[in-house]
Amino acid sequence: MNGSPSLRNRISATVRDIPRSGIRDFFDIVTTMKDVISLGIGEPDFDTPWHVRESTVFALERGATHYTSNLGYLELRRALARYVGKTFGADYNPEDEVLVTVGVSEALDLALRALLNPGDEVLYHEPCYVSYRATILFAYGVPVEVETRAADGFRLTRAMLEARTTPRTKVLMLNFPNNPTGAVMSRAELEDIAAFARERDLLVITDEIYGELTYDAPHTSIVSLPGMRERTIFLHGFSKAWAMTGFRLGYACGPAELIEAMMKIHQYTMLCASSLSQKAALEALARPESDIAEMVNEYRRRRNFIAAAFADMGLECHRPLGAFYAFPSVARFGLPAKEFALALLREEKVALVPGTAFGACGEGFVRCAYATRMENIKEAMVRLRRFIGRR
Amino acid sequence: MDELLRILQTNALESHENIARMLGLPAAEVTRRIAEYERGGVIRGYQAILNEDRLELDKVTAVIEVKVTPQREGGFNTIAERISRFPEVRSAYLMSGTYDVLLFVEGPTLREVAAFVSERLSTLEGVISTSTHFMLKTYKRYGVLMHSESPDERLTVSP
Repeated sequence: MNGSPSLRNRISATVRDIPRSGIRDFFDIVTTMKDVISLGIGEPDFDTPWHVRESTVFALERGATHYTSNLGYLELRRALARYVGKTFGADYNPEDEVLVTVGVSEALDLALRALLNPGDEVLYHEPCYVSYRATILFAYGVPVEVETRAADGFRLTRAMLEARTTPRTKVLMLNFPNNPTGAVMSRAELEDIAAFARERDLLVITDEIYGELTYDAPHTSIVSLPGMRERTIFLHGFSKAWAMTGFRLGYACGPAELIEAMMKIHQYTMLCASSLSQKAALEALARPESDIAEMVNEYRRRRNFIAAAFADMGLECHRPLGAFYAFPSVARFGLPAKEFALALLREEKVALVPGTAFGACGEGFVRCAYATRMENIKEAMVRLRRFIGRR
Repeated sequence: MDELLRILQTNALESHENIARMLGLPAAEVTRRIAEYERGGVIRGYQAILNEDRLELDKVTAVIEVKVTPQREGGFNTIAERISRFPEVRSAYLMSGTYDVLLFVEGPTLREVAAFVSERLSTLEGVISTSTHFMLKTYKRYGVLMHSESPDERLTVSP
């Protein structure tokens, strides 16, 4: 049955034509090997804070096992509105401007499906999270990638957007702090982008899942800039800052009309996010600062360590400012990024993700996640240095 | 608290070069600051955190609540410092609440710890009463769990 042409032909053309994720190919190879030190993991190594886990057990005992409102528990939406107002500088009405979703992935899918007519163009910057292009295509949009470059610290500029904008451009997608590059946009830089979005009347979808994880300066959200709240869908979740990836809990904030449109799809396809995960999120928000501050300190130490280690071994890398990724250039070794990563895996058993998994312009780079214990990072740097020394 | 001290609290054996990288400081500066903390008495020593339940030790630990009379000059300090000088006393804290001083006392046998309490501790001038509890098992010490954590269950590569 596997590979039967008759079945393959009956799969939707949209789905059939989307290639497998490059990261999955690489994953399949890594899983065949033993004792690998992985800097390829895009999720925190920290456990979910114990008070969150403990209160999830309590919620289960109390029987929070039923459907919730389609939008999510109102109590949680209130807490989210407070948190977003305080942390990201935009005020939302919890009654109709906040939607709780199954991770940011679902929220992004809903936002694109709610906004796009077939053929509408979506600007997004590469290198980027592996799902963006596919999610736009699933929503019958036209993905228009904007390449960011190491020379600019992988930041986006107005000129880059202008060059790729057409009359069909409807949506601009942003993700800062960025996976896979660790890039961050300053307030002044975002103001340029915001002005452009206002002038061209673009809608903005901003994925700020790494919003709490910046190491040199606090993060600015584009939604906090003048005239942006009414044209922006703000996406966030609990996976990264609270180390709650498996809970699959995200949310979208936006103008009521847009949230209502997203809710229409959500109620028919998902009904609601997991009740237990929602209870966990409520507990996470009850005291966010202490949990996050400790993790941010630890990530900063690792970031500093990795940046210094790269400098010592002569590996060129723009300074990672946020998320938990470094994105060094391996172009000078004369190998495609995938070959470099495979050779490193074979010879030294260190797993990095080739930059090409995050878009064609990721060629010549590898993603190095520092969401892993310091001992592992130290050992990985020793091995990487040895590997580079042989090239 | 100083980041440097946090790192040492997690792993006192971390090399100065590595600490320097984590903090973005020159290694010499890290060495200088550690020496300063040692000289100034902020860092009072370095110890391994042992899971003693894994070692077949002839040892018992008692937690002792002590009520004392504060002295006219020196208050609680005089008596608490005197008690702390006994080598059997591993830790001593002044407490709020229904008793004054909390002790962690170690001895090779229950009988010897009992003898320490009845013959030396209780008989000190200023000690009014004691209440002794014996420790049965250690689950966590200094923020470190004594049972093994479950292995990393994350996928080895993820987006």
